[in-house]
Amino acid sequence: MSMPFYVSPEQAVKDKAEFARKGIARGRSVAVMQYVDGILLVAENPSRALHKISEIYDRIAFAAVGKYNEFENMRVAGVRLADLRGYSYDRRDVTGRGLANAYAQTLGAIFTETPKPYEVEIVVAEVGESVAADQMFRLTFDGSVAEERGFVVMGGSAEQVAASVRETYAEGMPLAPLLTAAVRALGQNGGEGPRELTPAQLEVAVLDRNRPRRKFRRLVGASLERLL
Amino acid sequence: MTSRSGDGSRLPAAFLTAGTSSFTEFLSGHVPDLLPGRRATPTAPVAAPVAVPVAAQVPHGTTIVAATFNGGVVMAGDRRATMGNYIAQRDIEKVFHADDYSCVGIAGTAGLAVEVVRLFQVELEHYEKIEGTTLSLDGKANRLATMIRSNLGMAMQGLAVVPLFAGFDLETAAGRIFSYDITGGRYEEHSYHAVGSGSLFARGALKKLYREDFTADDAVLACTHALYDAADDDAATGGPDLPRRIYPVVVVVTDEGFRRLEEEAVGRVVRAVVEDRMERPGGPYAPLRVDDSDPTT
Repeated sequence: MSMPFYVSPEQAVKDKAEFARKGIARGRSVAVMQYVDGILLVAENPSRALHKISEIYDRIAFAAVGKYNEFENMRVAGVRLADLRGYSYDRRDVTGRGLANAYAQTLGAIFTETPKPYEVEIVVAEVGESVAADQMFRLTFDGSVAEERGFVVMGGSAEQVAASVRETYAEGMPLAPLLTAAVRALGQNGGEGPRELTPAQLEVAVLDRNRPRRKFRRLVGASLERLL
Repeated sequence: MTSRSGDGSRLPAAFLTAGTSSFTEFLSGHVPDLLPGRRATPTAPVAAPVAVPVAAQVPHGTTIVAATFNGGVVMAGDRRATMGNYIAQRDIEKVFHADDYSCVGIAGTAGLAVEVVRLFQVELEHYEKIEGTTLSLDGKANRLATMIRSNLGMAMQGLAVVPLFAGFDLETAAGRIFSYDITGGRYEEHSYHAVGSGSLFARGALKKLYREDFTADDAVLACTHALYDAADDDAATGGPDLPRRIYPVVVVVTDEGFRRLEEEAVGRVVRAVVEDRMERPGGPYAPLRVDDSDPTT
Protein backbone atom coordinates (compact mmCIF):
# COMPACT_ATOMS: atom_id res chain seq x y z
CA MET A 1 0.00 0.00 0.00
CA SER A 2 1.42 3.33 -0.99
CA MET A 3 1.51 6.27 1.38
CA PRO A 4 -0.29 9.40 0.19
CA PHE A 5 2.04 12.34 -0.30
CA TYR A 6 1.63 15.31 1.96
CA VAL A 7 0.42 18.35 0.06
CA SER A 8 0.30 21.67 1.90
CA PRO A 9 -3.05 23.51 1.79
CA GLU A 10 -1.38 26.45 0.02
CA GLN A 11 -0.11 24.15 -2.69
CA ALA A 12 -3.46 22.36 -3.04
CA VAL A 13 -5.35 25.63 -3.47
CA LYS A 14 -2.76 26.95 -5.90
CA ASP A 15 -2.92 23.78 -7.99
CA LYS A 16 -6.71 23.79 -8.11
CA ALA A 17 -6.81 27.48 -9.04
CA GLU A 18 -4.28 26.97 -11.80
CA PHE A 19 -6.22 23.99 -13.10
CA ALA A 20 -9.47 25.96 -13.17
CA ARG A 21 -7.83 29.00 -14.77
CA LYS A 22 -6.35 26.86 -17.55
CA GLY A 23 -9.71 25.28 -18.27
CA ILE A 24 -11.44 28.64 -18.51
CA ALA A 25 -8.72 30.14 -20.71
CA ARG A 26 -9.31 27.50 -23.37
CA GLY A 27 -12.78 28.82 -24.23
CA ARG A 28 -13.96 31.83 -26.21
CA SER A 29 -14.84 35.06 -24.40
CA VAL A 30 -18.10 36.53 -23.23
CA ALA A 31 -18.73 40.24 -22.69
CA VAL A 32 -21.44 41.72 -20.48
CA MET A 33 -21.86 45.47 -20.71
CA GLN A 34 -24.22 48.25 -19.67
CA TYR A 35 -25.85 50.39 -22.32
CA VAL A 36 -28.35 53.17 -22.02
CA ASP A 37 -31.48 50.94 -21.96
CA GLY A 38 -30.11 48.01 -20.01
CA ILE A 39 -27.46 45.33 -20.19
CA LEU A 40 -26.00 43.73 -23.31
CA LEU A 41 -24.61 40.20 -23.26
CA VAL A 42 -22.47 39.00 -26.16
CA ALA A 43 -20.68 35.68 -26.60
CA GLU A 44 -18.82 34.06 -29.39
CA ASN A 45 -20.76 30.83 -29.65
CA PRO A 46 -21.36 28.98 -32.91
CA SER A 47 -23.88 26.64 -31.25
CA ARG A 48 -27.59 27.50 -31.50
CA ALA A 49 -28.57 25.00 -28.84
CA LEU A 50 -25.92 25.16 -26.14
CA HIS A 51 -26.24 28.63 -24.67
CA LYS A 52 -23.65 30.63 -22.78
CA ILE A 53 -26.19 33.38 -22.11
CA SER A 54 -29.58 32.73 -20.54
CA GLU A 55 -32.56 34.18 -18.78
CA ILE A 56 -32.83 33.49 -15.07
CA TYR A 57 -35.75 35.66 -14.03
CA ASP A 58 -37.66 38.83 -14.92
CA ARG A 59 -34.73 41.22 -14.56
CA ILE A 60 -31.85 38.76 -14.22
CA ALA A 61 -29.62 37.16 -16.83
CA PHE A 62 -26.77 34.69 -16.65
CA ALA A 63 -23.59 34.52 -18.72
CA ALA A 64 -20.83 31.98 -18.30
CA VAL A 65 -17.61 30.65 -19.75
CA GLY A 66 -15.78 27.42 -19.07
CA LYS A 67 -17.03 23.87 -19.00
CA TYR A 68 -20.54 23.60 -20.41
CA ASN A 69 -21.91 20.87 -18.15
CA GLU A 70 -20.67 22.70 -15.06
CA PHE A 71 -22.08 26.14 -15.82
CA GLU A 72 -25.29 24.59 -17.15
CA ASN A 73 -25.64 22.92 -13.76
CA MET A 74 -25.26 26.33 -12.09
CA ARG A 75 -27.69 27.94 -14.51
CA VAL A 76 -30.43 25.39 -13.86
CA ALA A 77 -29.88 25.74 -10.11
CA GLY A 78 -30.23 29.50 -10.50
CA VAL A 79 -33.50 29.21 -12.42
CA ARG A 80 -34.83 26.85 -9.75
CA LEU A 81 -33.76 29.15 -6.93
CA ALA A 82 -35.25 32.22 -8.60
CA ASP A 83 -38.54 30.51 -9.49
CA LEU A 84 -38.85 29.00 -6.02
CA ARG A 85 -38.22 32.35 -4.35
CA GLY A 86 -40.59 34.17 -6.69
CA TYR A 87 -43.28 31.55 -6.15
CA SER A 88 -43.02 31.44 -2.38
CA TYR A 89 -42.62 35.20 -1.90
CA ASP A 90 -43.20 37.59 -4.77
CA ARG A 91 -41.62 38.20 -8.15
CA ARG A 92 -40.07 41.45 -6.89
CA ASP A 93 -38.25 39.58 -4.14
CA VAL A 94 -35.96 37.76 -6.57
CA THR A 95 -32.69 39.67 -6.74
CA GLY A 96 -29.40 39.29 -8.53
CA ARG A 97 -27.60 39.81 -5.25
CA GLY A 98 -29.35 36.83 -3.64
CA LEU A 99 -28.52 34.66 -6.62
CA ALA A 100 -24.88 35.79 -6.73
CA ASN A 101 -24.62 34.97 -3.03
CA ALA A 102 -25.96 31.46 -3.51
CA TYR A 103 -23.59 30.89 -6.45
CA ALA A 104 -20.64 32.20 -4.46
CA GLN A 105 -21.35 29.86 -1.55
CA THR A 106 -21.81 26.91 -3.86
CA LEU A 107 -18.75 27.52 -6.01
CA GLY A 108 -16.69 28.19 -2.87
CA ALA A 109 -17.81 24.93 -1.29
CA ILE A 110 -17.13 22.97 -4.47
CA PHE A 111 -13.69 24.54 -4.76
CA THR A 112 -12.61 23.63 -1.23
CA GLU A 113 -14.40 20.33 -0.74
CA THR A 114 -14.02 18.47 -4.00
CA PRO A 115 -10.80 17.37 -5.67
CA LYS A 116 -11.77 19.00 -8.98
CA PRO A 117 -13.04 22.59 -8.90
CA TYR A 118 -15.60 23.86 -11.38
CA GLU A 119 -13.88 25.38 -14.43
CA VAL A 120 -16.37 28.21 -14.78
CA GLU A 121 -16.69 31.93 -14.53
CA ILE A 122 -20.14 33.45 -14.25
CA VAL A 123 -21.75 36.87 -14.51
CA VAL A 124 -25.12 37.51 -12.90
CA ALA A 125 -26.60 40.69 -14.37
CA GLU A 126 -29.67 42.46 -13.08
CA VAL A 127 -31.23 45.37 -14.91
CA GLY A 128 -32.65 48.20 -12.80
CA GLU A 129 -34.82 51.24 -13.40
CA SER A 130 -31.81 53.29 -14.53
CA VAL A 131 -28.16 52.78 -15.54
CA ALA A 132 -27.18 53.59 -11.95
CA ALA A 133 -29.47 50.85 -10.61
CA ASP A 134 -28.08 48.10 -12.87
CA GLN A 135 -26.00 45.45 -11.14
CA MET A 136 -23.43 43.01 -12.45
CA PHE A 137 -21.77 40.38 -10.29
CA ARG A 138 -18.78 38.43 -11.50
CA LEU A 139 -18.18 35.05 -9.87
CA THR A 140 -15.05 33.01 -10.26
CA PHE A 141 -14.39 29.28 -9.82
CA ASP A 142 -13.34 29.68 -6.15
CA GLY A 143 -16.52 31.47 -5.11
CA SER A 144 -15.19 35.01 -5.00
CA VAL A 145 -17.65 37.71 -6.03
CA ALA A 146 -16.98 41.14 -7.43
CA GLU A 147 -19.55 43.77 -8.28
CA GLU A 148 -18.66 45.34 -11.61
CA ARG A 149 -19.66 48.58 -13.33
CA GLY A 150 -19.56 49.36 -17.01
CA PHE A 151 -18.48 46.09 -18.58
CA VAL A 152 -17.10 42.65 -17.75
CA VAL A 153 -15.17 40.33 -20.04
CA MET A 154 -14.39 36.74 -19.12
CA GLY A 155 -13.00 33.64 -20.80
CA GLY A 156 -9.91 33.02 -22.93
CA SER A 157 -7.83 36.12 -23.69
CA ALA A 158 -10.22 38.21 -21.61
CA GLU A 159 -7.55 40.85 -21.13
CA GLN A 160 -7.05 41.49 -24.84
CA VAL A 161 -10.81 41.70 -25.36
CA ALA A 162 -11.27 43.97 -22.34
CA ALA A 163 -8.49 46.27 -23.60
CA SER A 164 -10.24 46.56 -26.94
CA VAL A 165 -13.61 47.30 -25.29
CA ARG A 166 -12.02 49.94 -23.06
CA GLU A 167 -10.95 51.94 -26.12
CA THR A 168 -14.53 52.64 -27.20
CA TYR A 169 -16.64 52.07 -24.11
CA ALA A 170 -18.46 54.98 -22.51
CA GLU A 171 -21.28 54.96 -19.98
CA GLY A 172 -24.76 55.37 -21.46
CA MET A 173 -23.88 54.23 -24.99
CA PRO A 174 -26.75 53.23 -27.30
CA LEU A 175 -27.11 49.56 -28.22
CA ALA A 176 -25.91 49.41 -31.84
CA PRO A 177 -22.46 51.05 -31.49
CA LEU A 178 -21.82 49.14 -28.27
CA LEU A 179 -22.67 45.84 -29.92
CA THR A 180 -20.38 46.65 -32.85
CA ALA A 181 -17.57 47.49 -30.42
CA ALA A 182 -18.18 44.28 -28.47
CA VAL A 183 -18.11 42.12 -31.59
CA ARG A 184 -14.91 43.75 -32.80
CA ALA A 185 -13.37 43.19 -29.36
CA LEU A 186 -14.41 39.54 -29.26
CA GLY A 187 -12.63 39.12 -32.60
CA GLN A 188 -9.36 39.84 -30.78
CA ASN A 189 -9.85 36.53 -29.02
CA GLY A 190 -7.83 33.79 -30.64
CA GLY A 191 -4.22 34.94 -30.80
CA GLU A 192 -3.85 34.78 -34.59
CA GLY A 193 -4.77 38.44 -35.12
CA PRO A 194 -8.19 40.09 -35.31
CA ARG A 195 -11.00 38.04 -36.84
CA GLU A 196 -14.29 39.16 -38.34
CA LEU A 197 -17.19 37.52 -36.47
CA THR A 198 -20.40 36.89 -38.39
CA PRO A 199 -23.86 36.93 -36.77
CA ALA A 200 -23.94 33.12 -37.04
CA GLN A 201 -20.95 32.90 -34.70
CA LEU A 202 -22.53 35.13 -32.08
CA GLU A 203 -24.92 34.68 -29.23
CA VAL A 204 -26.43 38.03 -28.27
CA ALA A 205 -29.09 38.96 -25.73
CA VAL A 206 -30.20 42.05 -23.86
CA LEU A 207 -31.90 42.85 -20.60
CA ASP A 208 -33.97 45.76 -21.85
CA ARG A 209 -35.37 47.86 -19.01
CA ASN A 210 -38.14 49.21 -21.29
CA ARG A 211 -39.72 45.80 -21.82
CA PRO A 212 -42.67 44.74 -19.68
CA ARG A 213 -42.11 42.07 -16.97
CA ARG A 214 -39.56 39.72 -18.61
CA LYS A 215 -36.72 41.98 -19.68
CA PHE A 216 -34.58 39.31 -21.31
CA ARG A 217 -34.62 39.08 -25.08
CA ARG A 218 -32.38 37.19 -27.46
CA LEU A 219 -31.25 39.03 -30.57
CA VAL A 220 -31.16 36.60 -33.45
CA GLY A 221 -31.47 36.58 -37.22
CA ALA A 222 -32.63 39.77 -38.86
CA SER A 223 -32.80 41.88 -35.70
CA LEU A 224 -29.16 41.07 -34.93
CA GLU A 225 -28.00 41.74 -38.47
CA ARG A 226 -29.78 45.08 -38.48
CA LEU A 227 -27.90 46.16 -35.34
CA LEU A 228 -24.55 45.10 -36.76
CA MET B 1 -37.94 30.01 1.52
CA THR B 2 -37.41 27.08 3.78
CA SER B 3 -34.58 26.50 6.21
CA ARG B 4 -33.13 24.08 3.69
CA SER B 5 -32.21 26.88 1.35
CA GLY B 6 -31.72 29.97 3.45
CA ASP B 7 -30.23 33.10 1.97
CA GLY B 8 -26.46 33.16 1.77
CA SER B 9 -25.86 29.44 2.15
CA ARG B 10 -24.77 26.83 -0.33
CA LEU B 11 -27.42 25.61 -2.76
CA PRO B 12 -28.85 22.27 -1.58
CA ALA B 13 -28.19 19.20 -3.70
CA ALA B 14 -31.75 19.21 -5.08
CA PHE B 15 -30.98 22.42 -6.96
CA LEU B 16 -27.92 20.92 -8.62
CA THR B 17 -29.48 17.61 -9.59
CA ALA B 18 -29.92 17.24 -13.30
CA GLY B 19 -33.07 15.70 -14.68
CA THR B 20 -36.31 17.55 -14.44
CA SER B 21 -37.44 20.65 -16.30
CA SER B 22 -40.65 20.76 -14.30
CA PHE B 23 -40.99 23.21 -11.46
CA THR B 24 -43.78 21.14 -9.91
CA GLU B 25 -41.59 18.04 -9.84
CA PHE B 26 -38.79 20.06 -8.30
CA LEU B 27 -41.16 21.38 -5.63
CA SER B 28 -42.58 17.97 -4.82
CA GLY B 29 -39.07 16.66 -4.18
CA HIS B 30 -37.70 19.69 -2.37
CA VAL B 31 -40.53 21.62 -0.68
CA PRO B 32 -43.75 19.62 -1.17
CA ASP B 33 -45.61 21.84 1.32
CA LEU B 34 -45.70 24.60 -1.26
CA LEU B 35 -47.78 22.54 -3.68
CA PRO B 36 -51.48 23.26 -3.73
CA GLY B 37 -53.53 20.21 -2.83
CA ARG B 38 -50.64 18.58 -0.97
CA ARG B 39 -51.53 19.97 2.42
CA ALA B 40 -53.13 17.67 4.93
CA THR B 41 -56.83 18.46 4.88
CA PRO B 42 -58.63 18.37 8.20
CA THR B 43 -61.33 15.76 8.12
CA ALA B 44 -64.44 16.80 9.97
CA PRO B 45 -65.44 14.35 12.69
CA VAL B 46 -68.42 12.31 11.57
CA ALA B 47 -70.26 12.76 14.86
CA ALA B 48 -70.23 16.57 14.69
CA PRO B 49 -71.64 17.72 11.39
CA VAL B 50 -70.45 21.19 10.40
CA ALA B 51 -73.22 23.78 10.56
CA VAL B 52 -72.13 25.49 7.33
CA PRO B 53 -70.25 23.36 4.81
CA VAL B 54 -66.71 24.59 4.19
CA ALA B 55 -67.48 25.20 0.54
CA ALA B 56 -69.95 27.93 1.53
CA GLN B 57 -67.34 29.67 3.70
CA VAL B 58 -64.77 30.41 1.01
CA PRO B 59 -65.13 32.51 -2.12
CA HIS B 60 -66.09 30.77 -5.35
CA GLY B 61 -65.45 32.02 -8.81
CA THR B 62 -68.19 31.58 -11.33
CA THR B 63 -68.44 31.80 -15.11
CA ILE B 64 -65.70 31.62 -17.75
CA VAL B 65 -66.40 31.46 -21.49
CA ALA B 66 -64.13 30.93 -24.47
CA ALA B 67 -64.65 30.91 -28.22
CA THR B 68 -62.30 30.33 -31.12
CA PHE B 69 -62.19 32.50 -34.22
CA ASN B 70 -60.27 32.47 -37.42
CA GLY B 71 -56.69 32.89 -36.19
CA GLY B 72 -57.05 32.66 -32.44
CA VAL B 73 -59.17 32.30 -29.37
CA VAL B 74 -60.99 34.63 -26.97
CA MET B 75 -61.57 33.99 -23.28
CA ALA B 76 -63.72 36.09 -20.97
CA GLY B 77 -64.77 35.85 -17.34
CA ASP B 78 -67.20 37.73 -15.14
CA ARG B 79 -65.87 39.51 -12.06
CA ARG B 80 -67.92 38.03 -9.23
CA ALA B 81 -66.84 35.74 -6.41
CA THR B 82 -69.53 34.39 -4.13
CA MET B 83 -69.52 32.88 -0.67
CA GLY B 84 -72.79 31.09 -0.12
CA ASN B 85 -75.38 33.78 -0.78
CA TYR B 86 -72.89 36.65 -0.29
CA ILE B 87 -70.98 38.43 -2.99
CA ALA B 88 -67.43 37.97 -1.70
CA GLN B 89 -65.78 40.18 -4.29
CA ARG B 90 -67.09 42.30 -7.15
CA ASP B 91 -63.90 42.73 -9.10
CA ILE B 92 -62.07 39.41 -8.83
CA GLU B 93 -60.06 38.43 -11.90
CA LYS B 94 -60.47 34.86 -13.06
CA VAL B 95 -58.87 34.90 -16.49
CA PHE B 96 -55.08 34.90 -16.53
CA HIS B 97 -52.06 35.00 -18.78
CA ALA B 98 -50.58 31.47 -18.75
CA ASP B 99 -47.72 32.20 -21.14
CA ASP B 100 -47.23 34.16 -24.36
CA TYR B 101 -49.55 31.88 -26.35
CA SER B 102 -52.10 30.68 -23.85
CA CYS B 103 -54.53 31.78 -21.18
CA VAL B 104 -56.35 30.08 -18.36
CA GLY B 105 -59.64 30.87 -16.67
CA ILE B 106 -60.79 29.37 -13.41
CA ALA B 107 -64.06 28.51 -11.76
CA GLY B 108 -64.48 26.96 -8.33
CA THR B 109 -62.78 27.65 -5.00
CA ALA B 110 -61.06 30.95 -5.66
CA GLY B 111 -58.15 30.61 -3.23
CA LEU B 112 -57.07 27.21 -4.51
CA ALA B 113 -57.69 28.16 -8.10
CA VAL B 114 -55.53 31.26 -7.93
CA GLU B 115 -52.75 29.17 -6.40
CA VAL B 116 -53.04 26.53 -9.12
CA VAL B 117 -52.84 29.25 -11.78
CA ARG B 118 -49.79 30.80 -10.15
CA LEU B 119 -48.03 27.45 -10.09
CA PHE B 120 -49.06 26.77 -13.67
CA GLN B 121 -47.62 30.09 -14.82
CA VAL B 122 -44.31 29.38 -13.08
CA GLU B 123 -44.32 25.83 -14.47
CA LEU B 124 -44.57 27.03 -18.07
CA GLU B 125 -41.99 29.77 -17.65
CA HIS B 126 -39.65 27.41 -15.80
CA TYR B 127 -39.77 24.85 -18.57
CA GLU B 128 -39.17 27.55 -21.14
CA LYS B 129 -36.10 28.85 -19.33
CA ILE B 130 -34.58 25.46 -18.57
CA GLU B 131 -35.21 23.91 -21.98
CA GLY B 132 -34.86 27.05 -24.08
CA THR B 133 -38.09 26.21 -25.90
CA THR B 134 -41.79 26.31 -25.09
CA LEU B 135 -44.04 23.32 -24.45
CA SER B 136 -46.51 22.33 -27.16
CA LEU B 137 -50.08 23.45 -26.49
CA ASP B 138 -51.04 19.84 -25.71
CA GLY B 139 -48.08 19.61 -23.34
CA LYS B 140 -49.30 22.67 -21.48
CA ALA B 141 -52.86 21.31 -21.33
CA ASN B 142 -51.56 18.02 -19.90
CA ARG B 143 -49.46 19.78 -17.25
CA LEU B 144 -52.58 21.61 -16.09
CA ALA B 145 -54.47 18.30 -15.96
CA THR B 146 -51.82 16.88 -13.61
CA MET B 147 -52.19 19.85 -11.29
CA ILE B 148 -55.97 19.54 -11.17
CA ARG B 149 -55.66 15.81 -10.49
CA SER B 150 -53.50 16.47 -7.44
CA ASN B 151 -56.32 18.57 -6.02
CA LEU B 152 -58.81 15.69 -6.09
CA GLY B 153 -58.73 15.24 -2.28
CA MET B 154 -59.81 18.84 -1.78
CA ALA B 155 -62.37 18.60 -4.57
CA MET B 156 -64.03 15.65 -2.83
CA GLN B 157 -64.55 17.92 0.19
CA GLY B 158 -66.31 20.48 -1.95
CA LEU B 159 -63.27 22.61 -2.77
CA ALA B 160 -63.06 21.96 -6.47
CA VAL B 161 -61.04 23.87 -9.03
CA VAL B 162 -62.27 23.73 -12.62
CA PRO B 163 -60.15 25.54 -15.16
CA LEU B 164 -60.69 26.37 -18.79
CA PHE B 165 -57.50 26.48 -20.83
CA ALA B 166 -57.13 28.01 -24.27
CA GLY B 167 -54.30 28.99 -26.50
CA PHE B 168 -52.96 29.48 -29.95
CA ASP B 169 -51.36 26.31 -31.31
CA LEU B 170 -48.27 27.40 -33.23
CA GLU B 171 -48.13 24.06 -35.06
CA THR B 172 -51.64 24.11 -36.48
CA ALA B 173 -51.94 27.93 -36.40
CA ALA B 174 -55.37 27.78 -34.75
CA GLY B 175 -56.99 28.62 -31.44
CA ARG B 176 -57.85 25.62 -29.25
CA ILE B 177 -59.85 25.19 -26.04
CA PHE B 178 -59.47 22.54 -23.32
CA SER B 179 -61.83 21.83 -20.45
CA TYR B 180 -61.21 19.74 -17.33
CA ASP B 181 -63.07 17.84 -14.68
CA ILE B 182 -62.07 17.60 -11.01
CA THR B 183 -60.26 14.29 -11.56
CA GLY B 184 -57.92 15.93 -14.04
CA GLY B 185 -59.74 14.63 -17.09
CA ARG B 186 -58.80 16.77 -20.06
CA TYR B 187 -61.18 17.31 -22.98
CA GLU B 188 -60.59 19.30 -26.08
CA GLU B 189 -63.58 21.48 -26.93
CA HIS B 190 -64.46 22.64 -30.39
CA SER B 191 -65.47 26.18 -31.26
CA TYR B 192 -66.59 27.35 -27.80
CA HIS B 193 -67.01 26.29 -24.21
CA ALA B 194 -67.91 27.63 -20.78
CA VAL B 195 -67.28 26.52 -17.19
CA GLY B 196 -68.63 27.54 -13.80
CA SER B 197 -72.06 28.00 -12.28
CA GLY B 198 -73.44 30.10 -15.14
CA SER B 199 -71.86 27.94 -17.82
CA LEU B 200 -75.08 26.22 -18.89
CA PHE B 201 -76.65 29.53 -19.85
CA ALA B 202 -73.45 30.85 -21.39
CA ARG B 203 -73.03 27.70 -23.45
CA GLY B 204 -76.62 27.93 -24.61
CA ALA B 205 -76.04 31.49 -25.74
CA LEU B 206 -72.78 30.64 -27.51
CA LYS B 207 -74.42 27.71 -29.26
CA LYS B 208 -76.85 30.10 -30.92
CA LEU B 209 -74.41 32.97 -31.49
CA TYR B 210 -71.31 31.11 -32.64
CA ARG B 211 -70.29 31.33 -36.31
CA GLU B 212 -67.42 29.56 -38.00
CA ASP B 213 -66.33 32.79 -39.69
CA PHE B 214 -65.95 34.85 -36.52
CA THR B 215 -63.37 37.60 -36.38
CA ALA B 216 -61.71 38.43 -33.05
CA ASP B 217 -64.19 41.28 -32.48
CA ASP B 218 -67.14 38.97 -33.20
CA ALA B 219 -65.84 36.41 -30.72
CA VAL B 220 -65.39 39.11 -28.06
CA LEU B 221 -68.96 40.31 -28.65
CA ALA B 222 -70.38 36.76 -28.54
CA CYS B 223 -68.52 36.01 -25.29
CA THR B 224 -69.81 39.24 -23.74
CA HIS B 225 -73.38 38.31 -24.71
CA ALA B 226 -72.84 34.84 -23.28
CA LEU B 227 -71.64 36.27 -19.96
CA TYR B 228 -74.64 38.59 -19.92
CA ASP B 229 -76.94 35.60 -20.39
CA ALA B 230 -75.12 33.70 -17.65
CA ALA B 231 -75.57 36.64 -15.25
CA ASP B 232 -79.19 36.94 -16.35
CA ASP B 233 -80.08 33.46 -15.10
CA ASP B 234 -77.38 32.56 -12.57
CA ALA B 235 -77.27 34.51 -9.31
CA ALA B 236 -73.60 33.73 -8.77
CA THR B 237 -72.44 35.28 -12.03
CA GLY B 238 -71.88 39.01 -12.05
CA GLY B 239 -73.43 41.11 -14.79
CA PRO B 240 -71.73 44.20 -16.20
CA ASP B 241 -71.39 46.72 -13.36
CA LEU B 242 -71.76 49.97 -15.29
CA PRO B 243 -71.90 52.37 -12.31
CA ARG B 244 -68.62 51.01 -10.92
CA ARG B 245 -67.11 50.46 -14.37
CA ILE B 246 -66.36 46.82 -13.56
CA TYR B 247 -66.37 44.88 -16.82
CA PRO B 248 -65.49 41.28 -17.67
CA VAL B 249 -61.84 40.38 -18.15
CA VAL B 250 -61.42 39.64 -21.87
CA VAL B 251 -58.23 38.21 -23.40
CA VAL B 252 -57.35 37.39 -26.99
CA VAL B 253 -54.62 34.93 -28.03
CA THR B 254 -53.40 34.95 -31.64
CA ASP B 255 -50.17 34.28 -33.50
CA GLU B 256 -49.03 37.65 -32.15
CA GLY B 257 -49.39 36.32 -28.63
CA PHE B 258 -51.49 36.96 -25.57
CA ARG B 259 -53.30 40.28 -25.25
CA ARG B 260 -55.67 41.45 -22.55
CA LEU B 261 -58.20 43.93 -23.85
CA GLU B 262 -58.00 47.39 -22.33
CA GLU B 263 -60.74 48.21 -19.86
CA GLU B 264 -61.94 50.97 -22.13
CA ALA B 265 -62.33 48.63 -25.12
CA VAL B 266 -64.24 46.08 -23.04
CA GLY B 267 -66.36 48.90 -21.66
CA ARG B 268 -67.41 49.89 -25.19
CA VAL B 269 -68.45 46.31 -26.01
CA VAL B 270 -70.28 45.94 -22.71
CA ARG B 271 -72.18 49.20 -23.16
CA ALA B 272 -73.19 48.13 -26.66
CA VAL B 273 -74.45 44.80 -25.31
CA VAL B 274 -76.42 46.52 -22.53
CA GLU B 275 -77.81 48.94 -25.11
CA ASP B 276 -79.00 46.01 -27.25
CA ARG B 277 -80.57 44.37 -24.24
CA MET B 278 -82.54 47.53 -23.47
CA GLU B 279 -84.27 46.94 -26.78
CA ARG B 280 -84.44 43.21 -26.50
CA PRO B 281 -83.67 41.74 -23.06
CA GLY B 282 -83.17 38.26 -24.48
CA GLY B 283 -80.35 39.39 -26.74
CA PRO B 284 -79.87 38.88 -30.47
CA TYR B 285 -82.20 36.52 -32.30
CA ALA B 286 -80.75 33.40 -33.84
CA PRO B 287 -82.32 32.45 -37.19
CA LEU B 288 -85.07 29.89 -36.70
CA ARG B 289 -84.27 27.91 -39.82
CA VAL B 290 -80.81 26.88 -40.88
CA ASP B 291 -79.86 28.87 -43.93
CA ASP B 292 -76.95 27.79 -46.12
CA SER B 293 -75.59 31.31 -46.28
CA ASP B 294 -75.46 31.43 -42.51
CA PRO B 295 -73.16 28.62 -41.33
CA THR B 296 -74.16 28.05 -37.72
CA THR B 297 -72.82 25.14 -35.73
